[in-house]
Amino acid sequence: MKFSYYPGCTLKTRAAELDVAARQAAEALGVIMEELPEWQCCGAVYPIARDELATRLSAVRALDGAKRLKNPLLTLCSACHHVIKRVNNDMQTDDDMRAKVNSYMDLDDPYSGETKVVHYLEMLRDEIGFDKIRERVTQPMKGRRISAYYGCMLLRPSTVMRFDNPENPSILEDFIAALGAEPIRYPYRNECCGGYISIEARDVAREMSRKIMNSAVKRGADTIITACPVCLYNLNENGTGEVPVVYFTELLAESLGVKEPEGGLVHAR
Amino acid sequence: MQKIGVFVCWCGSNIAATVDVEAVAQASLSEPGVVFSTNYQYMCSEGGQSAIRNAIAEHGLTGIVVCACSPRMHEATFRKTAAVAGLNPYMVEIANIREQCSWIHRDKEEGTKKAIILARAAVAKLNRNVPLIAGESQVIKRALVIGGGIAGIQTALDVADAGYEVDIVEKTPTIGGKMAMLDKTFPTLDCAACILTPKMVDASAHEKISLFTYSEVESVSGFVGNFTVNIRKKARGVNSDLCTGCGVCIEKCPSKKAKSEFNQGLCNRSAIYIPFAQAIPNVPVIDRESCIKFQTGKCGVCEKVCTAKAIDYAQEDEIITRQYGAIVLATGFKPISLESYDEFQYNQCPDVITSLEFERICNAAGPTKGKVLRPSDHEPPKTVVFVQCVGSRATVECGKTYCSKICCMYTAKHAMLLREKYPDTEVYVFYIDVRTPGKSFDEFYRRAVEEYGVHYIKGMVGKVAEEDGRLIVQGSDLIADKQVIIEADMVVLAAAIEPDPTARSLGTMFTASMDTNDFFTEAHPKLRPVESPTAGIYLSGLCQGPKDIPDTVAQAGAAASKVIGLLSKDKLVGNPCVAACNEPLCNGCSTCELVCPYGAITYEEHLVVDHGVRETRRVSCVNEAICQGCGACTVTCPSGAMDLKGFTNLQIMAEVDAICR
Repeated sequence: MKFSYYPGCTLKTRAAELDVAARQAAEALGVIMEELPEWQCCGAVYPIARDELATRLSAVRALDGAKRLKNPLLTLCSACHHVIKRVNNDMQTDDDMRAKVNSYMDLDDPYSGETKVVHYLEMLRDEIGFDKIRERVTQPMKGRRISAYYGCMLLRPSTVMRFDNPENPSILEDFIAALGAEPIRYPYRNECCGGYISIEARDVAREMSRKIMNSAVKRGADTIITACPVCLYNLNENGTGEVPVVYFTELLAESLGVKEPEGGLVHAR
Repeated sequence: MQKIGVFVCWCGSNIAATVDVEAVAQASLSEPGVVFSTNYQYMCSEGGQSAIRNAIAEHGLTGIVVCACSPRMHEATFRKTAAVAGLNPYMVEIANIREQCSWIHRDKEEGTKKAIILARAAVAKLNRNVPLIAGESQVIKRALVIGGGIAGIQTALDVADAGYEVDIVEKTPTIGGKMAMLDKTFPTLDCAACILTPKMVDASAHEKISLFTYSEVESVSGFVGNFTVNIRKKARGVNSDLCTGCGVCIEKCPSKKAKSEFNQGLCNRSAIYIPFAQAIPNVPVIDRESCIKFQTGKCGVCEKVCTAKAIDYAQEDEIITRQYGAIVLATGFKPISLESYDEFQYNQCPDVITSLEFERICNAAGPTKGKVLRPSDHEPPKTVVFVQCVGSRATVECGKTYCSKICCMYTAKHAMLLREKYPDTEVYVFYIDVRTPGKSFDEFYRRAVEEYGVHYIKGMVGKVAEEDGRLIVQGSDLIADKQVIIEADMVVLAAAIEPDPTARSLGTMFTASMDTNDFFTEAHPKLRPVESPTAGIYLSGLCQGPKDIPDTVAQAGAAASKVIGLLSKDKLVGNPCVAACNEPLCNGCSTCELVCPYGAITYEEHLVVDHGVRETRRVSCVNEAICQGCGACTVTCPSGAMDLKGFTNLQIMAEVDAICR
């Protein structure tokens, strides 16, 4: 199973754990993640908020790069996945944008959304299967009570992302169960953490993050997992600090027995 | 040679603004056979019709072309006009220069050019028309009403009171429908059961009405005035003739785990049951899925305790064949499934309920004996949030685009009843718009706000979350322009309503057309609101579109009056535009028989004279009473033997030639 892999900037810096653990786990699962050559910043979520083409071009370059390598494009960071998937959808459905982007980029073979964009979690669920992962787990997380925090980026807009039920998602709970832990559901698992508002209005982000963390802790969670660097930042920096918040890939690598015990990977807190 | 008159209608500015009507009239004068042409502001008005009649008399016209709106609209009108002036009504052709020309074009020059061509085609066809004489058929003086809710009951009572026999077919074990589940009815707040159950009794006691409950329509054949319907009477497991309705079997039944459909699954019922105390007929039904006897072969308690010996496990479905002159669809509605609305946690939290569930909770005969209690812990709620438009007026895939019409009023009713019974309870209503057009409706809503202190919040709810046994309702207040969070004990969702799912198969069976939402379409949205486009099929109640009880009863009466009008005739004039076989050309291949959707074609041995040779051949024969003139056989016939009167191949080709000229 081979993918072109798009890590994104944050995964090379603040969210290195998300990336490293994902690679370790993939290797253990027999998945080849070939880092896309010369990838550029996806633009974070800003390109999507504006009616502008130039900011979307780096996503198109990544998509076209995977197309030329004849690979599906694997993403990991929620924000990168969000941007790339939505730009790909635009390239498939928006005739005007497709024409403009292609005439600007002047590719040998025009790009019109041929690349399949797969998030790491979708790869686990749809390509490998959670039941198979359950079989590969060597250190089952028995007795652990883990809550999943989805955030917004993976789920919405649901008609484009087609990731999971946006109001009642279950992919991360199924993932947690596959690792042998008990998934703790709570109603705010798909609410916004505040995102970048933390920079401008920390109080708002604090209120939002605490609501989420309180809800999970009240139901008995001992850990919260997420797939998004911004979510992790907000829950750690603006949450109550009662339980650790880690990336889902860290848990995966740990339960597959491939996580470096002391690899110098410290949470960027 | 025909003597043809061409009459061009302005339709006010509908046509005249885009088509030069004078030019169309002038241009048609040069067409073969045309001896007269004119234009007029409203050809369908009395002035226009008399102009047609006068021209027919004055110029001795043998046929007329009316260039106007769609033939669906006024073809019948102009045929009548022609008939009054002594013309055969089938010597009238309509050129549709409104829907197919003026309404869809902007440029007057282009529009005029097209209208001239359409008129030319109609003239070319008319030149080949021959007078057609319609046949007659008998009318069976009995009506079938499908659905035994308030719509079906009212239609049946009105038809029966006029002296005609009516059968009601109801798929559930009792008549009464959704109205029987309601507590009070807006805007007068009279008790639903008090006004409905007497009507149910009237229907069952009426000498002209036969009830077929726990029955479904299996198949239908025939045509207006002469339908033959097979009704499947499902096996109740109880002999209705012997049962006294004493209820001992229900009391003693050991299987009590099935969800009560009547109480919206809020409580259980026994395997042998009647839906509610006032059910008609008062005869129980055995639900075989939950009956221990049917599932394991052991038990038989009901049989042992029944002193009337009415329990009959061996009873089988029975097919009853009946004939009808008219059929009324009164199949009603159901609330939509809220499975796709996880933001409200309907599937996760027992205290998030639908409005129909709330009706049952309010009802004295309901699961809580009329006390408003939370399903989760049976505690009275202190704060209740109502959410309107759940699935109505939706812009997302899973919702309905239409307004369900009844929710604003019943939500105001629920809010008021709650405040009346429990003045300490805080009641909030989230709404997009409050729509209360109807007699005494807006006054009713204002009472809820002004007298009962119900908090109406303009905005929608984005999320309901359960925290510490309470429901945190997060919504927007669009007037205050802020987010609101309400800690509630119960959330009531006004789910959109949709046609009953059985309507679709019935629609196919009766060739009654439906819109994209599966509501039956009426023959004309304004002028023929209770008739289906298929002759002899009528529409009553919510199956045609969202409506409340007053509207439903009014429409039920209107449908009944149409049925009475039909049944009062002894004979019906048929449609002469039917298929006919040119026997010498027929090779007996049976292709037409296979494509005929009405079963109008059979094969018979006929003496055929072909090029002077007389021989007996197997040829196609059309039953003109059954044929609906759809033309499927004419286009499928490989040898060109089938032709449709009024739309012969020759006529159609003449039209095409005229258009391409």
